[in-house]
Amino acid sequence: MLESSPLAQLYFVRLRDFYRQPARVFWVYGFPTLLAIALGFAFRNRPPAPVQADLVAGEHSNAIKIVVANHNAIAGRVTKGQVSLAPVIELAEHPRAEAINRLKTGKTPLVIEPEDAESWTYRYDPTRPEAAAARQVVDEVLQEAAGRTNPRGTRDIAVDDPGSRYIDFLIPGLIGMNAMGGGLWGIGFLLVNFRVAKLLKRFVATPMPRRDFLLALLGARLTFILPDLAVLLLLGTLMFGMPIRGSLLLVLGIDMIGALAFAGIGLLVGSRATTTEAVSGLMNLVMLPMWIFSGVFFSSERFPAAMQPFIQALPLTQLVSALRQVMLEGAGLVQVAPAIGILAAWAIVTFTLALKMFRWS
Amino acid sequence: MSECAIRVKDLRKEYPGRSGPVKAVNGIDLEIARGECFGLLGPNGAGKTTTVEILEGLNQPTSGEVEVLGMTWARNASAIRQRIGVTLQETRFPDKETVHEVVTVFRSFYHKGLEPDSVLARVSLESKASAYVEQLSGGQQQRLAVAVALVGDPDIVFLDEPTTGLDPQSRRQLWEVIREFRDRGRTVVLTTHYMDEAERLCDRVAIVDQGEVIALGPPAELIARMGGEHIVEFAVEGPADETTLPESFRDLDSVLASRAESDGIALTVAEPHRAIPALLDELDRRARPLARLTTRHVSLEDVFVSLTGRHLRDDETNADAPPTRRGRRRAL
Repeated sequence: MLESSPLAQLYFVRLRDFYRQPARVFWVYGFPTLLAIALGFAFRNRPPAPVQADLVAGEHSNAIKIVVANHNAIAGRVTKGQVSLAPVIELAEHPRAEAINRLKTGKTPLVIEPEDAESWTYRYDPTRPEAAAARQVVDEVLQEAAGRTNPRGTRDIAVDDPGSRYIDFLIPGLIGMNAMGGGLWGIGFLLVNFRVAKLLKRFVATPMPRRDFLLALLGARLTFILPDLAVLLLLGTLMFGMPIRGSLLLVLGIDMIGALAFAGIGLLVGSRATTTEAVSGLMNLVMLPMWIFSGVFFSSERFPAAMQPFIQALPLTQLVSALRQVMLEGAGLVQVAPAIGILAAWAIVTFTLALKMFRWS
Repeated sequence: MSECAIRVKDLRKEYPGRSGPVKAVNGIDLEIARGECFGLLGPNGAGKTTTVEILEGLNQPTSGEVEVLGMTWARNASAIRQRIGVTLQETRFPDKETVHEVVTVFRSFYHKGLEPDSVLARVSLESKASAYVEQLSGGQQQRLAVAVALVGDPDIVFLDEPTTGLDPQSRRQLWEVIREFRDRGRTVVLTTHYMDEAERLCDRVAIVDQGEVIALGPPAELIARMGGEHIVEFAVEGPADETTLPESFRDLDSVLASRAESDGIALTVAEPHRAIPALLDELDRRARPLARLTTRHVSLEDVFVSLTGRHLRDDETNADAPPTRRGRRRAL
């Protein structure tokens, strides 16, 4: 009977405590979703940015206008999945004085001034990258139109396959970050709150099996992993077409072992602290290095080689990279076994230490 | 089965302090009978909570013997826990749990116990069964804490400062719950620094000060030991001089003791109808008019003051504090 099972009752307390607090539901589900959407759009793959240039109006300007218009007709077009990668040229025609004034005031990066039918002058500031790029693009288009041929054949392919974009990189990172936040807030912070409220002390004054208290906490953590994971995976696959190339079950398994590692760290962090200020400080101390180094938002491989052993030992690094391997590269259990081993080691060591250190009051 | 609910022998508890160990409990002996409501009365920091937490198994004594229902914490911890109920000072149950849920969760920890609904009825919280903890008043939260202590149908219930911070009506409601529990033959151990609570509720009290029991017995007996049953409190007009010293009134007719109060003098008196005329004559002789005169029955507070020279509550040692006597005062 569930009524008389301490484990079931303590587990229900955890579930109720969560879903009755809309603010908490938002931080766990809403916030990562919004973050993924915002970052997904901010870093989405765009077509090449158009190039701007001013043309000085005169008797020879018309020829250049025609060449640019012909170029633009091809530039924007998609043919059989291939995009012409040369950017569109946005050409504006102005009287000479006005064009030069616009250049000086930074309203245009490049001024083209025809001298006669077959030659012209470029005016621009070569230290401005967009000015140099504009000169390069415009010159190439005009020279090729005048008959220049390229001696070597080249081809441009735009890379925007699902799996290699920023959003694909980000989603596993957010899943890992949620597991970390869940363990530290959902166990460490919660325990200290209970200690401050004297609830822990009240519990041990009863014949409550202490094992059940811990199991209920862990059970609730692992339960919350499911919607955590589902929300981010659905967002990735439905909204951004993110692939899940490996086994979904393996993704879930890795996330659960990661959640256990972070539950252990949360238990350790919350094992003795008697004020919420103290536990907040400890949590920041634990989470900050992982936010920075573990490659949630940017690849951790950019950090110096000397730091890599430290970075690779962090549980979040292992969790996020194992999730990426399975989801994006289709890795199997064998390839992610080392990561699982490191996460399991974290879980075992932190639980052992925390259970030795734990204080009920 | 042992007739004794709780037996404590030479209980000591020392905490490490900055200047040597602090003796929170300094050799306490207690025998609490089954069916008794027993009060530990004393000022804050007297060692009441430490003593009770040792009895509840929440704290380890430095030395001494403790038996609860004939069992010891070292050998029978879980069996004792099945049979005691506890309230701590200021437990905060989770805000978003309902009253009924809190009681149900605690009920699940005990092999046998009461139905959550019936225990809520006992503390008059039936109407709040589906309210969240955060919606309860202070008195209701305290009654919930008592309901949680009673849900395992315990033989002994420990209540640590159960009515501190409550309004008079909530205090009386809780007293009713406690009396009703005692009347069913169960044992109550409560700590308090309210002497009226101890007087009205407890069969016996131990007055605790600085980790030691300085008086033990039924409240009426402790009061009777003072010799007189009445206290006459008065203040005189005019400057502080010989007339404002308690010694000046010690030898009046029927006066047993005299002490300085926050803003006057308190006389312990056997017969007010003899002591008061004598006092008025004495003040007439000194030509000092009265500023105030009240009489009341002796309370445990007076017992404590006569034993220690201090008041039970810290705020009353402050001479500027308004008089907050809790005895059955009647103005003349």
